[in-house]
Amino acid sequence: MNLRWDEFIVTGDPLILGAQISIVLVSIALVFGLTYFKKWGWLWRDWITSVDHKKIGIMYIIAALLMLFRGGVDALLMRIQLAAPEMEFLSAQHYNEIFTTHGTIMIIFMAMPFLIGLMNVVVPLQIGARDVAFPFLNNLSFWTFFVGAMLFNISFVVGGSPSAGWTSYVPMAGNELSPGPGQNYYLLGLQISGIGTLLTGINFIVTILKMRTKGMTLFRMPMFTWTTLITSLIITFAFPVLTVSLALMTFDRLFGTHFFTLADGGMPMLWANLFWIWGHPEVYIVILPAFGIFSEIITTFARKTLFGYKAMVGSVVIISCLSFLVWVHHFYTMGSGAAVNSFFSITTMMISIPTGVKIFNWLFTMYKGRISFKQPMLWSIAFIPNFVIGGVTGVMLAMAAADYQYHNTYFLVSHFHYVLIAGTVFACFAGLVFWYPKMFGHKLNEKIGQWAFWLFMIGFNVCFFPQYFLGLDGMPRRTFSYLPEEGWFSLNFISTVGAFVMGLGFLIFVYNVYYSFRHSARETSGDCWGSGRTLEWATSSAIPPFYNFAVLPEVRTIDPYWHMKEDGQESQKEEDYKPIHMPSNTGLGFIMSVFLGISGFGLVFEWYWIGLVGVILTFACMIYRSFQQDDGYYVPVEKIKETERHASV
Amino acid sequence: MEYQSETGRLNILGFWIFIGAEFALFSTLFAAYFVLINRTAGYITPGELFDLKLVLIMTFLLLTSSFTCGMAVHEMRNHNVKRMMIWLAITLLLGLGFVGYEIYEFVHYASEGATLSTSAYWSAFFVLLGTHGLHVSIGIIWIIGIMIQIKKRGLTPKTSSKVFVSSLYWHFLDVVWIFIFTGVYLLGMVS
Ligand code: HEM
Ligand SMILES: [Cu+2]
Repeated sequence: MNLRWDEFIVTGDPLILGAQISIVLVSIALVFGLTYFKKWGWLWRDWITSVDHKKIGIMYIIAALLMLFRGGVDALLMRIQLAAPEMEFLSAQHYNEIFTTHGTIMIIFMAMPFLIGLMNVVVPLQIGARDVAFPFLNNLSFWTFFVGAMLFNISFVVGGSPSAGWTSYVPMAGNELSPGPGQNYYLLGLQISGIGTLLTGINFIVTILKMRTKGMTLFRMPMFTWTTLITSLIITFAFPVLTVSLALMTFDRLFGTHFFTLADGGMPMLWANLFWIWGHPEVYIVILPAFGIFSEIITTFARKTLFGYKAMVGSVVIISCLSFLVWVHHFYTMGSGAAVNSFFSITTMMISIPTGVKIFNWLFTMYKGRISFKQPMLWSIAFIPNFVIGGVTGVMLAMAAADYQYHNTYFLVSHFHYVLIAGTVFACFAGLVFWYPKMFGHKLNEKIGQWAFWLFMIGFNVCFFPQYFLGLDGMPRRTFSYLPEEGWFSLNFISTVGAFVMGLGFLIFVYNVYYSFRHSARETSGDCWGSGRTLEWATSSAIPPFYNFAVLPEVRTIDPYWHMKEDGQESQKEEDYKPIHMPSNTGLGFIMSVFLGISGFGLVFEWYWIGLVGVILTFACMIYRSFQQDDGYYVPVEKIKETERHASV
Repeated sequence: MEYQSETGRLNILGFWIFIGAEFALFSTLFAAYFVLINRTAGYITPGELFDLKLVLIMTFLLLTSSFTCGMAVHEMRNHNVKRMMIWLAITLLLGLGFVGYEIYEFVHYASEGATLSTSAYWSAFFVLLGTHGLHVSIGIIWIIGIMIQIKKRGLTPKTSSKVFVSSLYWHFLDVVWIFIFTGVYLLGMVS
């Protein structure tokens, strides 16, 4: 690709210019700050090279929150453009770019990493393990995700963003209609971060199957661990499909193959099928862990065991199997024929049965419980009615015949935001607040947190409920402008107001992080909500030591920590301490990911030699790693004693 | 032997799951291949190019290499390092032969006018076979690395689990090839 300099950097749009200036300023401030406070070594030693699952989890969550901010700004820009008829805030092309990056970032770089972050923090603790099965791989997973996300994110200032929607249907995403680097960013950014996701999946399967502490049988595992296990299985079988699909489209764009082209035998529908064979399971990758989080929180704050534990596990398994059998419901209208459509229509509706089972189980869990309405519980309770609205409209969409009416209208936009936000985003907030003291040693302020909750929750409904009616009025999705005669103004305006209320809620949430860091009381006990049931609350301190448990706990029941407390045996004796084996930190995962990122950047601009050099260097790192002899080290008993004493003051 | 150490056991299970993922990867490529199988868009067809003799040689090389690889693991379990190394070396030579023939085949097809960009069918063909060939090549480099490590450090629980894992990988590539042989070549020659 021959680009002139002024095409390389995107110019000519005041919004983007503003973004460029702020990126430069923030970067300078960061470099300056780190140097001034002499924090480079700390950053490298304690975070970048860390193989501690809790730190990796925290890094995932921070990155996901940044992405939520970026995706949220995109959303607000779109809502401003749609607030009134014939707005001239964004151009059509810019609007297309923004909804594409918004959708992609929210799903791939926000929702999934947020949940993976929580899994990282919590799952090894819940199963009583010292770390995940492959700590180095875990570090590598994080950095490939991060580099992939950054590669995707720079597209709007360097070279131009993709604009074919997050589904990237061909021919829209082909060379003729999407020339230039934008679509390449999509392909390579997702590809690189996809590697990390796949590795995470494998890592957690092995961790959960092999690293459970004594007595933790499969049917004593907490729900969040269960959903993580199932999600990891879905990841392992769904992500290779994405890898291949992205690679095939990359080949089409860069090397002139004809998989999805209109000419020379290519088949655009093949993309739609491949994309959704991955894409629908992906939707469950972001919803099942959320279900797990709600289960943990509801049992903890209702002070009761989960109602119908086995039914909960069973329904997760059924949902995950069905999730591979419904993909066509995303394109009924593309002419698959009545029989095919009916089959997929029925499988889709079947998913609502196990989901319904779960909803009732949560309700029964709360029934007659002594519920305490703290922030995590508020998010979890709010999830139920909102998610049901999304689910019911989903069943309406699942009917192939009806879908001809609603498809590609705002009805659909509203439906998937109801499921994704009330399901996933509420769960992310709930889980973050819930486990926040575990991660940082203090709670988030309750009062500010409730403000954030109510604003976000109400704003969300004000924003998306009117969109069902806009959809029924025929407003198509992905429209950037409309005429006054169409009568869509008032509902759109309300919707935009709601979006800003949500944005305000998010800002208050962020403020709460700062406020609580300064003013919240530090936690001294591990069981900071007072009603913890699972093993993560049994670790000796508010910030668990890097080896998690001084002595690995033994489990005899479901909700082991609850029973330990009842039997009064939660404390560990110093005599039982033994040296602990831990893996050592390594910078290799970071370095490898940077090489991959360089390679991806080269390929985006079709500078093949950069692409090749990056790949070769990545492989060199792998070989180096294979030769490395590093068996970790032992933490001596003295050190454990000291850490534990220090932790429990 | 390879299951002796804790990390060895974890690695082996992890690798089985990784093979599950690879299985999904190749299934997707096969699916794309079969969807596009008749889409030669009026250009050259596979029936005009495929040559049974060449393919049989390649199949023979790879299947034998799977056998010699199995022998290597067998000798490893008997703690016979030297014989194991010899079997591994033979495996590598057979693998190299396979890759060599594949390169020859691709160059030959290209000279007859069938390349990546000729038609959808050939795109699918080259990407499917290329992916497999790339896997074999990576396997060769990987096993060379393991052999060097064994030369330097001897047969430890750690190196032996590496040998075992790489042999799993090698057998897996063999299985994939059997699918390619029947699904791509035999079917292509019949039609
Ligand atoms: C924070 C509040 C949010 C607002 C105000 C918002 C708003 C929007 C708007 C206006 C569109 C474009 C609709 C169109 O023109 O077709 C859109 C699309 C989309 N949004 Fe959101 N959104 C929000 C949060 C989220 C979240 C949290 C997710 C996912 C976890 C998400 C996923 C998507 C997806 C997948 C699309 C489709 C993109 C495409 O058509 O390619 N959104 N959103
Ligand atoms: Cu779906």
